[in-house]
Amino acid sequence: MTELFGDPFNFDFKAVTPSMVERALTKETLALEDLGALLAPAAEPYLEAMAVKAQDLTRRFFGLNIALYTPLYLANYCQNQCLYCGYSQLNNIKRGVLTPKEIQKELTAIKKTGLKDVLLLTGESRVKSGPDFINAAVSQAAADFPSVGLEVYPFTTEEYAAAKAAGADYVCLYQETYDPVLYDRIHPKGPKKDYNWRLFGPERALEAGIRQVGLGALLGLGDFRPDVLALGAHGQYLSQKFPAAEIAYSTPRLRPASGIQPLGAVSEKELGQIIFALRIFSPSFGISLSTRERAFYRDNLIGLGVTRLSAGVKTTVGGHDGEANGSEQFAKSDDRGVTEVQKAIAAKGHQPVFTDYARL
Amino acid sequence: MPSAKPDPFILGGKLIHSRLILGSGKYPLPRIQEVVTAGEPDIVTLALRRVNPFGEANVLDFLPKGKTLLPNTSGARTAKEALTLARLARELGCGDFIKIEVITDAQNLLPDNEETLEAIKLLVADGFVALPYMTPDLVMARKMEKAGAAAVMPLGAPIGSNKGLTTRELIRLIITGVAVPVIVDAGLGRPSQACEAMEMGAAAVMVNTAVATAEDPPAMAKAFALAVKAGRAAYLAGLGPIAEPSSSSPLTGFLNTPSSED
Repeated sequence: MTELFGDPFNFDFKAVTPSMVERALTKETLALEDLGALLAPAAEPYLEAMAVKAQDLTRRFFGLNIALYTPLYLANYCQNQCLYCGYSQLNNIKRGVLTPKEIQKELTAIKKTGLKDVLLLTGESRVKSGPDFINAAVSQAAADFPSVGLEVYPFTTEEYAAAKAAGADYVCLYQETYDPVLYDRIHPKGPKKDYNWRLFGPERALEAGIRQVGLGALLGLGDFRPDVLALGAHGQYLSQKFPAAEIAYSTPRLRPASGIQPLGAVSEKELGQIIFALRIFSPSFGISLSTRERAFYRDNLIGLGVTRLSAGVKTTVGGHDGEANGSEQFAKSDDRGVTEVQKAIAAKGHQPVFTDYARL
Repeated sequence: MPSAKPDPFILGGKLIHSRLILGSGKYPLPRIQEVVTAGEPDIVTLALRRVNPFGEANVLDFLPKGKTLLPNTSGARTAKEALTLARLARELGCGDFIKIEVITDAQNLLPDNEETLEAIKLLVADGFVALPYMTPDLVMARKMEKAGAAAVMPLGAPIGSNKGLTTRELIRLIITGVAVPVIVDAGLGRPSQACEAMEMGAAAVMVNTAVATAEDPPAMAKAFALAVKAGRAAYLAGLGPIAEPSSSSPLTGFLNTPSSED
């Protein structure tokens, strides 16, 4: 762990007492140790109280709104060998990279669903899907979509500036695990092995003028508690250094991909605790929940902290136009189309929001 | 019974029929109609970045006709960006009234007064009616007035906090220190707090979260409308003085004792 934001891996979650949890719940501004308390086993009996507080904060900061987006995988070539990922270089899967014409077909198909926010993804291959390729795709997407995000390998500051100029509005870059030892072990080879290069990616994006960043940890790789505490520390650090930045958390649980099983497991109940704790710790941050989670679970978290849901998701390369050009990254648990997700949000008394952003 | 004195609320040269301004940002869109019907505001604010022309869930499709739209520039971090959004609003047919929101503090959503002042200059030069959302600061309010703001909109408390008129002393100074209308915006959580702002002489109040997070938003909108009317009536009636402690032997009695020189 970098010295930048302390050492969440030394936090003693077992030493948290009920009164520490109660104190964290009454505070208006939480310190990192309060986030630690809310993530501890001792907070489990307080889940209902945490949910109530999370709901109240979400309403006050975001209203009854849920933003919708969809991912578009541009390529799945990868030079990494991440032990948990379907796109690992070692996996014998169908690889593909979309041509500009194919990208346009995908964008047109997505546009038809009414969605206005598209998240572009690739594997990490500067050969098959280099920054120029990605930024060209950003330009294409920006012509049709008011909000375009990037979830690709870490760029240099200059590359992020080029992405911004091409129309990129936000960057998601998940550290996977903040534990440097585990990180090193599960990234045996490839450019992703450089922990710090990845860690400082969101910061480079903000320095380059990108307005929003998404942070995340892949839950289940190791002990989720210190990872989520580190995630909170990362968010707090960035919000202090870049007060104008809009920051969002993502809490994906490890899903089986191409036969790879999760090494650790986070239950749905624990994921709920994580989302409530992050909401209470960072009331103004967005929280995304992907289709890794089943529809029932996603629907029930509407209003309780989550502010952003994906819909009409394909995790294959391409596929929005009905034709996949490469294998999927992970298995989804929520296959619903945009209209169905919209209906589910409305049924929860919330407004599905297609655009909450104007490119400036 | 004497007839009530006319008390027109003129904003940017326009007669406004209610001193309650409602936001539209935190509801499911179909709810906005009910809330506006119950609260009877004349002005309804909306976030330009939420406007989705010809697309799904376009807030403009849900706002009742005949209301004065007050688009805000939320999402802007600089004066220039605020101008871009204002022009977009004009193109979309939202009129010339703009609530300037320039925010460089994403965590608390506090307005950036300095950039906001610059934005006022740009918008006024472009023919907009500039209504700046601001952190209450009398000196800045005066500068904004001088720059051509049609009103100033100081916050009562951080936006969305429902904490009430926590900046009351600063707002009181602004109300007596500028000639343009003062609209208390943000933070009002209860009708009684809106009423207090009106009693103090605020020209209007703007409310969103307090109504949106109520159990029954239309009923709460109505409650705010009543409170705003009561507060305004009390302001016009002139509040009686609050009883002060009095000394049993007058402190100035000695001033009446003739001296040998007199």
